[in-house]
Amino acid sequence: MLFANNSGLALHLNQARSIARRYLITNGFDGALTMLGLMVGFQMSADTIDLSIAINGCLGAAVALLVSGLSSAYLSETAERTKELHELEGALLIDLEGTHYGAASRAIPVLVALVNGLSPFVISLLIIAPLWLVERDLVLFPFSPFSVAISTALVLIFFLGVFLGRISNRFWLWMAIRTLLIAMITVAMIVLLEIGLGRP
Amino acid sequence: MAKIRRLVLDILKPHQPNAVEFACYLADLTEDARFKLTVTAVDKKTENIMLEVEGSDLQFDILSDGIRKQGASIHSIDEVDVDGSPAP
Repeated sequence: MLFANNSGLALHLNQARSIARRYLITNGFDGALTMLGLMVGFQMSADTIDLSIAINGCLGAAVALLVSGLSSAYLSETAERTKELHELEGALLIDLEGTHYGAASRAIPVLVALVNGLSPFVISLLIIAPLWLVERDLVLFPFSPFSVAISTALVLIFFLGVFLGRISNRFWLWMAIRTLLIAMITVAMIVLLEIGLGRP
Repeated sequence: MAKIRRLVLDILKPHQPNAVEFACYLADLTEDARFKLTVTAVDKKTENIMLEVEGSDLQFDILSDGIRKQGASIHSIDEVDVDGSPAP
């Protein structure tokens, strides 16, 4: 067999790969930066903020990112696929509902939505994990748990950059440094804003 | 029973799956058959192909069903080679 995935439906689902990869990066980055922003904010009030309040706030944001990712990608991809299917039906002058093409048009939005929703959610949970571990007395860090969460976020953003570098066939370290630089700019903006508002 | 040895089909298909994937998919549906696919025209959303299939006993129903499932349609059956054998 020439192709490993030569089944009829798999041929069409292959089209979803690049879209899912794009959504994985875009929304994963969204999730990581959102959590990074929250953690930097909490770190600046680390002495006064209760850990459980921070965890609940971050979990709320993570769930919102999950639902937003799932629904927005599903709705937009379904609309796009339906339009494409109808245009193709017009060009071929046949009904594509019962074909692999039709089945893929229904399956691709679901797959893409799952990637789009789960990528920020999983990344958010990984960033929240240090707070949860400290709250449950499972781990004792020498630094504030918020600092550990910020470091986790920066490491994940670095790896998202490495992944970007690999798929674009560019030097992975350069792409990773670029994404890390964006994260550092975000941190600087939050800190400057907080200082400007006289918050710390 | 008559056996189909060769078929030439004029097919209209979407760009995806591409010609190689399309031919390999059909080849996996049939046993002991050789496929030759020629793209004769390319449009914005579709392409016309001439599919030549040779085999010892081609199953037209399986082929046409596979073609339809890939979102393609047979425009015409242009050539057929059949070997007849009288019923015992």
